[in-house]
Amino acid sequence: MMQGEPILKISNLSKRFGGLVAVDDLTFNVREHEVMGIIGPNGSGKSTTLNLISGALRASDGMIVLEGQDLTVLPPHKIARAGVARTFQLVRILPKLSVIENVIAGAAFASKPRWGGEAELFASALLERLELGDKKHLGVDSLTYIDQKRLELARALASEPEILLLDEWLAGLNPSELQIGIELISRLRNEGRTIILVEHVMDAIRSLCDRCVVMNSGKKIAEGTPAEVLSDPEVVRAYLGDG
Amino acid sequence: MKLAEVRNLAVGIVVALLAIAVPLVSDGYWLSIATTAMMYIALSTSWALFSGPTHLIALSTGAFFGIGGYLVGTGMSDYELDFWLMAAVAPFVAMFLALLIGLATLRLSGVYFVIFTLGLAEMIRNLVSWIQNNFLGSRGLYVLTDFTDAHIYWMLLAVAIVVFLTGWWINRSRLGFALRIIGNDEEVAKHVGIDTAWSKVTLFMTTGFFAALVGAIVAPRYSYIEPNVVFSPQLSFLVVIMALLGGVHRLWGPLVGVIPFTLMWEAITIFFPSSTTLFLGISFLLIVYLIPNGFVGMFESGLARLRR
Ligand SMILES: Nc1ncnc2c1ncn2[C@@H]1O[C@H](COP(=O)(O)OP(=O)(O)OP(=O)(O)O)[C@@H](O)[C@H]1O
Ligand SMILES: [Mg+2]
Repeated sequence: MMQGEPILKISNLSKRFGGLVAVDDLTFNVREHEVMGIIGPNGSGKSTTLNLISGALRASDGMIVLEGQDLTVLPPHKIARAGVARTFQLVRILPKLSVIENVIAGAAFASKPRWGGEAELFASALLERLELGDKKHLGVDSLTYIDQKRLELARALASEPEILLLDEWLAGLNPSELQIGIELISRLRNEGRTIILVEHVMDAIRSLCDRCVVMNSGKKIAEGTPAEVLSDPEVVRAYLGDG
Repeated sequence: MKLAEVRNLAVGIVVALLAIAVPLVSDGYWLSIATTAMMYIALSTSWALFSGPTHLIALSTGAFFGIGGYLVGTGMSDYELDFWLMAAVAPFVAMFLALLIGLATLRLSGVYFVIFTLGLAEMIRNLVSWIQNNFLGSRGLYVLTDFTDAHIYWMLLAVAIVVFLTGWWINRSRLGFALRIIGNDEEVAKHVGIDTAWSKVTLFMTTGFFAALVGAIVAPRYSYIEPNVVFSPQLSFLVVIMALLGGVHRLWGPLVGVIPFTLMWEAITIFFPSSTTLFLGISFLLIVYLIPNGFVGMFESGLARLRR
């Protein structure tokens, strides 16, 4: 799909935890219909960046603008309504709700809220598409790990977000599940969704991302297509650990 | 409406009709116990509207209840105001207080919320007593009405019915769903677009409203009102215990806990009048350890085991 104008603009974003600078003067844009990868060694600030965008954390400095709307100081529920949806690095589903209720949770409070019969139809259709259709009335404790991941994704999609943040959504899957997972995200990509993908799985980065940002110790050290950044000597050094 | 809802509604109407008839068939002693039970049904059920889904144990019922009783007392006794006027005003005063408490406690979770609400209720009790004793004269507040126990019982029943209807409506609404999501995972709740602060405060205000209304209605029962008595911390604990005993994950759960506990409590206050606090503590421990999901939870898991 053709990529459009930048819809998310991140400029000079920083986050300090006491003395630690987890995100350091980070600037990048995400275009409409683009899959943007964020990669980097452990502790390089990838999750913190997503937390800043989704409002889970408040930025120390810099700006986050989505389609002209300044998100920097908004609380998470307003950011969600502005069109940002996310999954969490450690999967978070709502344990006491049924599968379909988990999805309705994503739809009921979105910018275009759905409720009642409409929400049920919408959630059912979404679950069908994620191959969870036959489990919709079950409790979530009966789900396998990959199904929990799918459900969390369904909840995020249920809000029909402008931009979707996936924090290591593929982590923890076994090799065959990984193929299914990559397949699923590539379908989202083909639907034209705008996605920020934080990932350690290089195969996924190569096959899914249009561009990526490489972080190390909170700083952006490279930006470009996966092929470009993965051959960048500085990136190689960072990954080998002597950067 | 789904079949189960029609059934619940039918059961509700039958129970309400039976409850209306209680004063017609019981003598003074049993009517007085029934009135107490009805008071706790309204209080525990409305308490569970907030604390059930959020798992935040509020120990402030006594403060709201006290506002109801005290405003009726001081209004009628010191300013010769009408009972109905005071009973109508008190719930809104309590709602405002609940708003303040809610805003102050938003960031608190778990045990901090419990302690804060208890501490605040105690502070209000002492503050009102102090003001009463130092500025308004320490004379007693008399609530003289011609209400009989039956009148009070019926008024409480009406409040209880409104509480049930409110709860039923909330459970079907997006607000009720939001509260359940908050109880599951507050972080997720925020990230799906729920204004968690406002949802919690709204429900907490509803709880405060009903507790003050109940406090106002039962004020004539005391005939003589003393701040230290109506702002009762023991009442806060009793409401929690009864709700937990019945089970807070269903609207009708607290009701199931109130009836047996009121009877037991009546016996305890007769036979061991000086050790009620001890029994309060023991009941609390037993419930939390033995039946954490209340009678309703026990019943439901028993049913699930039978079906399997
Ligand atoms: N809430 C917090 N308080 C204090 N320090 C934090 C907090 N969150 C993250 N950090 C620190 O910020 C740094 C960046 O963490 P972050 O979770 O963003 O890394 P990451 O790139 O997502 O790593 P991983 O690949 O392991 O998930 C780490 O040093 C981490 O310990
Ligand atoms: Mg991370």
